[in-house]
Amino acid sequence: MTPETPAKKQINVPVMADLAARNEAPEILFWVGCAGAFDDRYKRVTRAFVRILEHVGTKYAVLGLEESCTGDPAKRAGNEFLFQMQAMTNITTLNGYGIKKIVTACPHCFNTIKNEYPALGGDYEVIHHSTYLQQLINEGKVGVTGGESFKGRRITFHDSCYLGRANNIYEAPRDVLAALDADLVEMKRSRANGLCCGAGGAQMWKEAEPGKKEINIERTEEALATLAGKAEALANLGGVETETSTPSAHDLQGSIIAVSCPFCMTMMSDGVKNKEQESKVQVFDLAELVASAEGINA
Amino acid sequence: MLQSILFLLLLVAAFGFFAWQVRKIRANILVGRDRDMSGNAAERFQKTLLVAFGQQKMFKRMTPALLHLVVYVGFLVINIEVIEIVIDGLFGSIFGFHRALKFLGPVYDVLMATNEILAALVIVAVVAFWWRRNSNPPLKRFTGPELRLWPKMDANIILYVEVVLMVALFFMNTADLKLHQMEGQDLPGTFPISNLLVGLLPTNVATLEVLERLGWWLHIIGIFLFLNYLPSSKHFHIIMAFPGVWYSRLVPQGQFSNVESITHEVKAMMDPSFVVPPAPTAPDGSALAPTPFGAKDVDDLPWTNLMAAYSCTECGRCTSVCPANLTGKLLSPRKIIMDTRDRMEEKYNSPLIFRPNVYGAEAKHEPITDLANATLLRGKVTPEELWACTTCNACVESCPVNINPLESIIEMRRFLVLEESAAPNSLNVMFSNIENNGAPWAFSPSDRFNWADDLYATEKQTAAVVA
Repeated sequence: MTPETPAKKQINVPVMADLAARNEAPEILFWVGCAGAFDDRYKRVTRAFVRILEHVGTKYAVLGLEESCTGDPAKRAGNEFLFQMQAMTNITTLNGYGIKKIVTACPHCFNTIKNEYPALGGDYEVIHHSTYLQQLINEGKVGVTGGESFKGRRITFHDSCYLGRANNIYEAPRDVLAALDADLVEMKRSRANGLCCGAGGAQMWKEAEPGKKEINIERTEEALATLAGKAEALANLGGVETETSTPSAHDLQGSIIAVSCPFCMTMMSDGVKNKEQESKVQVFDLAELVASAEGINA
Repeated sequence: MLQSILFLLLLVAAFGFFAWQVRKIRANILVGRDRDMSGNAAERFQKTLLVAFGQQKMFKRMTPALLHLVVYVGFLVINIEVIEIVIDGLFGSIFGFHRALKFLGPVYDVLMATNEILAALVIVAVVAFWWRRNSNPPLKRFTGPELRLWPKMDANIILYVEVVLMVALFFMNTADLKLHQMEGQDLPGTFPISNLLVGLLPTNVATLEVLERLGWWLHIIGIFLFLNYLPSSKHFHIIMAFPGVWYSRLVPQGQFSNVESITHEVKAMMDPSFVVPPAPTAPDGSALAPTPFGAKDVDDLPWTNLMAAYSCTECGRCTSVCPANLTGKLLSPRKIIMDTRDRMEEKYNSPLIFRPNVYGAEAKHEPITDLANATLLRGKVTPEELWACTTCNACVESCPVNINPLESIIEMRRFLVLEESAAPNSLNVMFSNIENNGAPWAFSPSDRFNWADDLYATEKQTAAVVA
């Protein structure tokens, strides 16, 4: 076994139905979400997160074909009927398996299951993968070493609305990134003052209303200017600024926009392409960064 | 004696008239849908203390926070002097006393000195406020289609009145001080600002007496008039901010309300044995007209959202952080709140001065001619505004008095989708994808687990890592 050709291990993702048939219960149910299951880009995040779960030896399972949309986009769009149909179907499945603890890589699934399922009979401990990764790092189960080094690379974290303002989770993703020993830079509009990527509230599935700009372009410009340290581009942004320090100029090459949500991933990636910076700036989810740093990401 | 009677009449008239207007506003709020907000008193008390009394959320922006703090504390402290003015006004001329609280001694000195310093600071703050609104260009959040004409004038009237009230206070104190000085007497209290101003007044005792009375009456009549202007103004905020914060939501901002009637329907569909609870009936036992899903008009919104419309002071923090508004879309959360109040007063009770907002071409609103049949939705808020929302909660987070425009937006979206099937076409496609595929995209449900195919992980070479 040489370092040039590291050994690979195939993963057979455990499905809840099989565990139940063997009368076993998982420690956590990994809720994959529609984007995590179907969106080509976010599938890579799902796979990275599963690699981490396997690596630390967590006893986990997924619903596989039994999973269905949480109903979040329907609810945000006003279709409460469809939302509740979806929610009750999922709750029947989850309660049927006696699920207690759910981890998901999607803030929308996280918010919906955590906050909106209890009124419909679904009570679970729900954890977003940023919090879960933070716990693994804190417990020393993931050392974030041995793989790709992010030391000194400029990373800015884009807050997801449904993780941040919706559920007050701001520090967990930052703690995860801090473990990478990278050069973390904050956008001016961050944490509670973070600017939406533009996809929430079912915007992901429709054209934007007429305006002078797309929201994801506005946000990507802020992210790029932050990474490049362009002070003049960061003057007179609208809204409230959390970060007030004056940036210094940097080369964009090798910079990273970190996200923790499949829709932010799409919007920020599209924004970077629109600005023709995709050869310099990459958009990664926290799970991908951790798996790469750990040296297990395929 | 005559002065006391006159004062009593004015006092009764002012508070009576005010109570009459407040009743109208209360009735407006109560047209909203029921929502049980009882319980959690300790948590609500703490939040009211921090957010309303402590102005916690104002301090996201330091400059306006400090200016607002001056005016807020000034308002509270100077009102102690108003109590004295009321006592003097009612009994002073009968029993021949002046400045009823002077028995407080050193406390009275501190009180009067604090009053004067705060009054001076209030004038400074108000001038700064005026400048932020009226300079060219004004602060961006004081612009926008919903902030023209009446709302713009209203904001300035409030500032002018505050200056007039403070100037009257100084006239009263300075003239009183000078009168006492000329008669070689000590005026109870300490007046650091008036001390500086005595030189500006004439040395004629008769004129000074007139000026002192003029300042006194102007101050108190100004307060009476202002009190009765409040219900017509955004400045009613100074009262409603407190109950508004008390009754604001305690759940995570991401949690949207559940529609119980739909829960019953869905449960009945999924479980034939589920017994749908009987629909609520009117007090006389007759069936009530079914309430629509979501909100078409103000009476479809929860009463808390209607109360919130009265605690809004149109500061525009919500709109200034709204991603849709920042990128030039029609949506402005502030406008939704202002529309809600306008619509209540148009349809139900209006206070003395009611001027519904008139939008220009900027807001793409057709002039509304049929006021009787207009509703909040379409009559004031267009679907284009509602569909621009990303539900990001930035407006909710930014509001210093915990108003939740997002909740009203979702209620109106619910009406559009569930009652009118008027969602944008692309969203209807998304809905049918969820119904048919269990995902918002048109993927086959049998492909849902394909992501796990050929999944490999690099074996961690722990031996090489552990040094």
